[in-house]
Amino acid sequence: MLLRLPHLLGVEGLTREQIAFILDQAKPFQEFQRHPLKKLATLRGKTVAIAFFESSTRTRISFTTAASRLGADTMALQAEASSLSKGESLLDTVRTLEAMRPDGIVIRHKSSGAPAFVAERLEIPVLNAGDGMHEHPTQALLDALTIRDRKGHLEGWNLTILGDIFHSRVARSNIHLLSKFGARITLCGPPMWVPRELEALAPGVRCTSCIEDALANADIVMVLRVQTERLHEPALAPGDYILRYQLNEKRLRLARPDALVLHPGPMIRGLEIDPAVADGPQSAVLEQVTNGLAVRMALLYHLVGSASADAPHPAKDRSNASD
Amino acid sequence: MLLIKNGRVLDPASQTDAIRDVLLDAGRIVNMGENLSAPAAETLDARGQIVAPGFIDLHCHLREPGQELSETIETGTRAAARGGFTAVCCMPNTSPVNDNASVTRGIIERAAAAGSVRVWPIGAASLGSKGEALAEIAAMKEAGIVAVSDDGRPVATARLMRQVMEYCGALGLPVIDHCEDASLFAGGAMREGVQSLRLGLPGIPTQSETICASRDVEIAEMTAGHLHIAHMSARGTLDLVRRARQRGLRVTCEVTPHHFTLTDEDVRYDARYKMNPPLASRSDRDALIAGLADGSVDAIATDHAPHHPASKDVEFDRAPFGITGFETALALGLTELVHPGKLSLMRLVELFTTGPARVLGIERKIAPGEPADLTLFAPDHRWTFRAAESASKSRNTPFDGREFRGAPVAAIVAGRIVFRR
Repeated sequence: MLLRLPHLLGVEGLTREQIAFILDQAKPFQEFQRHPLKKLATLRGKTVAIAFFESSTRTRISFTTAASRLGADTMALQAEASSLSKGESLLDTVRTLEAMRPDGIVIRHKSSGAPAFVAERLEIPVLNAGDGMHEHPTQALLDALTIRDRKGHLEGWNLTILGDIFHSRVARSNIHLLSKFGARITLCGPPMWVPRELEALAPGVRCTSCIEDALANADIVMVLRVQTERLHEPALAPGDYILRYQLNEKRLRLARPDALVLHPGPMIRGLEIDPAVADGPQSAVLEQVTNGLAVRMALLYHLVGSASADAPHPAKDRSNASD
Repeated sequence: MLLIKNGRVLDPASQTDAIRDVLLDAGRIVNMGENLSAPAAETLDARGQIVAPGFIDLHCHLREPGQELSETIETGTRAAARGGFTAVCCMPNTSPVNDNASVTRGIIERAAAAGSVRVWPIGAASLGSKGEALAEIAAMKEAGIVAVSDDGRPVATARLMRQVMEYCGALGLPVIDHCEDASLFAGGAMREGVQSLRLGLPGIPTQSETICASRDVEIAEMTAGHLHIAHMSARGTLDLVRRARQRGLRVTCEVTPHHFTLTDEDVRYDARYKMNPPLASRSDRDALIAGLADGSVDAIATDHAPHHPASKDVEFDRAPFGITGFETALALGLTELVHPGKLSLMRLVELFTTGPARVLGIERKIAPGEPADLTLFAPDHRWTFRAAESASKSRNTPFDGREFRGAPVAAIVAGRIVFRR
């Protein structure tokens, strides 16, 4: 079976079947991470361009490692060292990379829509590794894999997302993904970070500024990183955030006893999450990281692996994107 | 001598709607009537076509001097003629800014030498449009400006707006304001709403426009000047204009074709959908159409804003604001407003002719002795707009490939055919 997906630009455009297929495909790669010898030959001879126009540690290392464990070579571009700082346009930069004949490109960019912009102009598969405030699809997929492992299935959970929803691509991708599986989603944070219009983003979403209300009956609690730069515009005192929105043990008791705690990282202990919760039995923070490798290996395998000369070219097969 | 035969003359000033012949000579209309003959005249058969007073565009950017990579007076006015316009008012945000009489004269001389249609410059309100000291407004008026504006940005402060309104009130010049609150606008790329949240693009709330427009209306009351609100995009701004008029204030406004056609739901990661003010909500769009129909809106203005391709072919949030508009304005009015029955043909013509003329304090009509500026169009002609065939130097339009019903067929300036389809 083929995924029939030319690019991975976001979760919003994926079907339930495509999501389930990706998670199923990630399963063997999950087990593979426990092998003593972590190298496959699946993508031997393939090259993946890893173009990070915005700084990142974990996502970049995760994609690079995923490609490497599949046997692919990587070519890395980092924003600080790139010609972007010399004034080259995004289009010229990616066309230059494309001219070195990679078989796929992974893009992280601070502008929402940059991967979609690139996908329309290049002939190779584009994987979105996070674009501005838009989407971070691999994060939502690895979260879904973690939820499915820990809770048995993806259907119909009560999901609560805490923090700066407005600026969060992680929140958007998770909202789209879990909404497709019938979740009731509660978004909670300071009101300026949780605009009510978010309720129209997907079915089953509601907004509240009261954390106690948000946590009641939650099956999954997703804590977002508070970007400290956001605390300054508009100013919000960190002490106020801790007082009203930090996920601590007492508050977590308002959720279902078996509620799962997720955090996309990097985590600021003592700000958005109490260390006791972060390290507690309900937390799956480190599993998320391992699952990130599995999901990214599955995606690279299907998107980059199918782009060989004898297989139909994904970019020319866009009409089947919603199959 | 030019004789236009058998056209359906639509003249809002006299409310004429009849099949008439129109005879032009020496740059003037000399006669209008039935079965005119002039053996010496060149004849233009306008059977099945509308003959209207020459269209005026109150708001465009010709990019000369200084930004000729995007447009020149020559290419811009050629595109204007292809859109049926016979006179265009160009905004002063060129390099250098049109804030003194020598730049104004330069534009007018260039237009006389290379322009297809009449070019009526708009002068800056403040020096360099920086919002500090007043520009040389009286000297620019003598040189030929028809209005003042710091377009691209609002007149910076209430205090400066008061001075500009007082001064221009005495000079008889309208003050055209681009209404925007800088702190609410800050970094925005599209209208704030569900779609901006979905796309993750920084939003600009409607109140960015209404707060500034509200300030301007209050200042109009202090000064007895003439306030004209540029490219109005929001229902709230329209309400402000209506209330201001009820208070007897001299407040006029314009709406662009893209704001009566598209909404924020149309926005995608394509900078051809990025303009300022941004595409508004469906409810705003519907309110603007109601305002166009009921007389609250004075003019349709294009805000033709060419940008050379490389500058627009970038990430959405990094792209400059603005789209081209001359060649699609009338077609959008016919296709989106007249044919669906939202506006009468006469009202549409008014919004392109007597409406903008009134804003400028001039007359526009088809009568003996008037300048021979006429626009001819085929209201039912079906065609597809191709940006690649545009006369503009730029291609930044979301309407590339759009199918239209209704097209300009000729533009006549001072008795001379400057465009013929």
